[in-house]
Amino acid sequence: MARLIRTEKEVEGRYTEQWIVVDEDVLEQWPAGPLETVGRPVPRADGGQRARGEARYTADIKLPGMLHAAILRSPHAKARVRRIDTGRARRAPGVRAVLGPETGPLTDEPPYEGAPVAAVAAETSEQARTAVSLIEVEWERLEPLLDPEEAVRRNELIDEPNREERGEVERGLAESDAVVEAEYRTQTVLHNSMETHQAICEWDGDDRLTVYISTQFIWGVREEVAKRFGLPEDHVRVVCRFMGGGFGSKNGPGDYTYVAAELARATGRPVKCALTRREENLDSGNRNSTIQRLRVGARSDGTLTFLDGEFVNATGWDGWLASTGGPMRLLYACENVRTVEYGAKLNTPPMAAFRAPGFVEGTFGLECLLDELAAKLEIDPLELRRRNHSTHDAVDERPFSSKQLLECYRRAEPHWERRDEVRARSDATWKRGVGLASQVWYGGGGPPSYAWVRIGGDGRAAVITGMQDIGTGSATAMAQIAAEELGLPVDRIEVALGDSARGPYATISAGSSTIPSMGPAVRAAAADAARQLIEIAAQRYDREERVLSLKNGQIVSSDGGSWPLEEITGLLESGQILGKGSRGPNPTGMRVLTFGVQVAEVAVDVETGEVVVEKIVAIHDVGRVINPLGASSQVEGGIIQGLGHTLSEERLLDPSTGGNLTQTLDAYKIPTIADVPEIVTDLVDVPDEHLTNLGSKGLGEPPIIPTAAAIANAIRDATGADVRSLPITREEMLRALREASRQPAREEVGA
Amino acid sequence: MPELSINGERHELAASVGTSLAHYLREDLGLTGTKIACNEGHCGACTVQVDGVPILSCITLVHTVEDREVTTIEGLRDHPMVNSFVRSDALQCGFCTPGQIVSATALVAAIPRPSSEEIKHAMSGNLCRCGAYPKIEEAISTWQD
Ligand code: FES
Ligand code: FES
Repeated sequence: MARLIRTEKEVEGRYTEQWIVVDEDVLEQWPAGPLETVGRPVPRADGGQRARGEARYTADIKLPGMLHAAILRSPHAKARVRRIDTGRARRAPGVRAVLGPETGPLTDEPPYEGAPVAAVAAETSEQARTAVSLIEVEWERLEPLLDPEEAVRRNELIDEPNREERGEVERGLAESDAVVEAEYRTQTVLHNSMETHQAICEWDGDDRLTVYISTQFIWGVREEVAKRFGLPEDHVRVVCRFMGGGFGSKNGPGDYTYVAAELARATGRPVKCALTRREENLDSGNRNSTIQRLRVGARSDGTLTFLDGEFVNATGWDGWLASTGGPMRLLYACENVRTVEYGAKLNTPPMAAFRAPGFVEGTFGLECLLDELAAKLEIDPLELRRRNHSTHDAVDERPFSSKQLLECYRRAEPHWERRDEVRARSDATWKRGVGLASQVWYGGGGPPSYAWVRIGGDGRAAVITGMQDIGTGSATAMAQIAAEELGLPVDRIEVALGDSARGPYATISAGSSTIPSMGPAVRAAAADAARQLIEIAAQRYDREERVLSLKNGQIVSSDGGSWPLEEITGLLESGQILGKGSRGPNPTGMRVLTFGVQVAEVAVDVETGEVVVEKIVAIHDVGRVINPLGASSQVEGGIIQGLGHTLSEERLLDPSTGGNLTQTLDAYKIPTIADVPEIVTDLVDVPDEHLTNLGSKGLGEPPIIPTAAAIANAIRDATGADVRSLPITREEMLRALREASRQPAREEVGA
Repeated sequence: MPELSINGERHELAASVGTSLAHYLREDLGLTGTKIACNEGHCGACTVQVDGVPILSCITLVHTVEDREVTTIEGLRDHPMVNSFVRSDALQCGFCTPGQIVSATALVAAIPRPSSEEIKHAMSGNLCRCGAYPKIEEAISTWQD
């Protein structure tokens, strides 16, 4: 019987309550450790298609009669359209439709550079762009608000400030033997997914719409598009079979989808709207910059007495208040914690989620602060973290569903102990050091998510679900889970995904949620199909169900008999066995979080300020690991993005006009293969015994979280300089070195 | 009519002057294995080989490769490098991957067993935002296994 329950759902650290329906059957978790397929390295199932260039991304789809859209974007950070003339554009070759600012989401009062003002559909994208350049606009330029501190002073905020407090900071301050206070800054960074944001919209009549889109959430796109055009949701079909990266920026439909849909309606033809790289870097979201004023106090034994943080997020014109104070509230046992987070509303492009939004920024500040405190107290930084280990979530007094952070610390020890050896390799110019930082994040996933499993006469199985694989290898993990439950080799499992018309509702691929949300549903669906196979086999072979099991493509009886699966499924000829499964609730009254620690080894050229990261060891607790090969790729990818965030990436705005100076990939510096250090991945791989039938948490985000602080702490270890601002350019490094040399040696200022 | 050769097949070149090679491959011939990620020569996603040398097809005019031999990912599908990338998990979203493989096959044609330094040098023009780099290096160093 289906049961109706109320449960909590979390995406990117934001919680909501909702009703869900759960099936009665609860599956026991599998034993820990590698099984037949789950827990073993499996190359990704669609790797060959992608590698051979056969995979068709949204960028590769060309529908018959398809037109191309181009958008006129505001060249000013704040302006008003006094007059617009689209006449020449309309008459340009190949043009089929022009939309002016009166059509939403276009606007005649663009509030940031890059905001969409007008749009053209033409036979080719070149014709569309040429036509856009022929639109004549008379602008009234207005004074933009660009300074986040000024916005906070003027109370220009995206939302109410988020104030949270437990205990009493003043009391903690009075009990402190040492206090450290510092200001940290992080920069705006751009996602730069290799496939830019794009969508193709095709109407079927005036009330059915198909959207092909590079997205992390086909169901979210379906819902929002249906709402916008007043359509029943089932009249909107959303397709995303392959997509070229999102990192949080592709969670919703975006203006370009609406522009394509409006132009498709105006012309009666399918329309593709694809952002150029420059548009991508103007208006497809960003990790907003932050200013963090932090204070920590401790007793001489290292026990934290208070944590206090004021966080200013430069949110931009739109978006939401990322949880920059989250790590301060969650990472350590501390009775007195106060955080206030502001989201400055500015004439800059809206932020978007970017791989652990808020926590990447907040962890940089917090974990550098902890090391500055460790130096002052003369306590080993790893030991300081151990002494403040939390056994439960102090925000709302809930126990953790599982927490292996102490085990992560234990595994970090041998890497941490290399400190003397690494330092000893320093010379007059190159100083070497080791640093570490911890990590906390969500990643428990949640309901609803559904999967079907279909087994055909040939004894092969298909997992069918409306999820998307954004490059994380989640489809391969699903195949492994189904293979395990069905006792089939993984190459006999097909995963059909990425189409809202061809599978049930599935989770957003964001917030490290695909595996923890979808995996249990897939296992449940496979178990449903397996149960039916056993019931049929029991009748066919005259055995009791309880003596039968599925293994290696066989039906195996405990009395020694075994029969190939095809013998049973073959009976059905064209008939099929259909299993269905859903994601159950998260454990009630518990907090599901992921944890980890990274250890970085760096070399700093004290003459030029060059920083070279030589090695990063990443140790994370994400519950059961489904595919260690794909998991290590996720870890490496997260660290490399973290490396860019730490050392080279920064969106620069002209401070007087608000114009983006880093729209191209030569100006905006993402890491190349030559920048990559040695990376060692170590996943604790202990199932979370309270979480679902799998015990798996998500892994997409944790690895990017501690990287910046681990590197900055290694720089402090190497040079004694406190770098407090990202990216750590040569200028910032030299500034920190100069400041360190002006101060008396650390021993003399110690507690 | 001018001609060019793509993956061993001759094609009459009917494209208008000013068309990029990437655009011609993708739009006129439907060879969408070659990706465009920046369209201005900064990322390497559009890499193809002209007479065995990797070039950026998005900033190469198609008429400048008349009578030359162009090799795209479609012409390299059976190269052992492809399986090496898959085995090593040297791709995540896969959007940069065809360009990576085109560059990598040109590298090993010149240096069959490249050192780590040689790989980093030859591949640093192929950006990968997913950060598959460690495994790209592994795939290139183990392609003959
Ligand atoms: S698409 Fe040609 S270099 Fe980026
Ligand atoms: S695999 Fe995604 S950009 Fe390289």
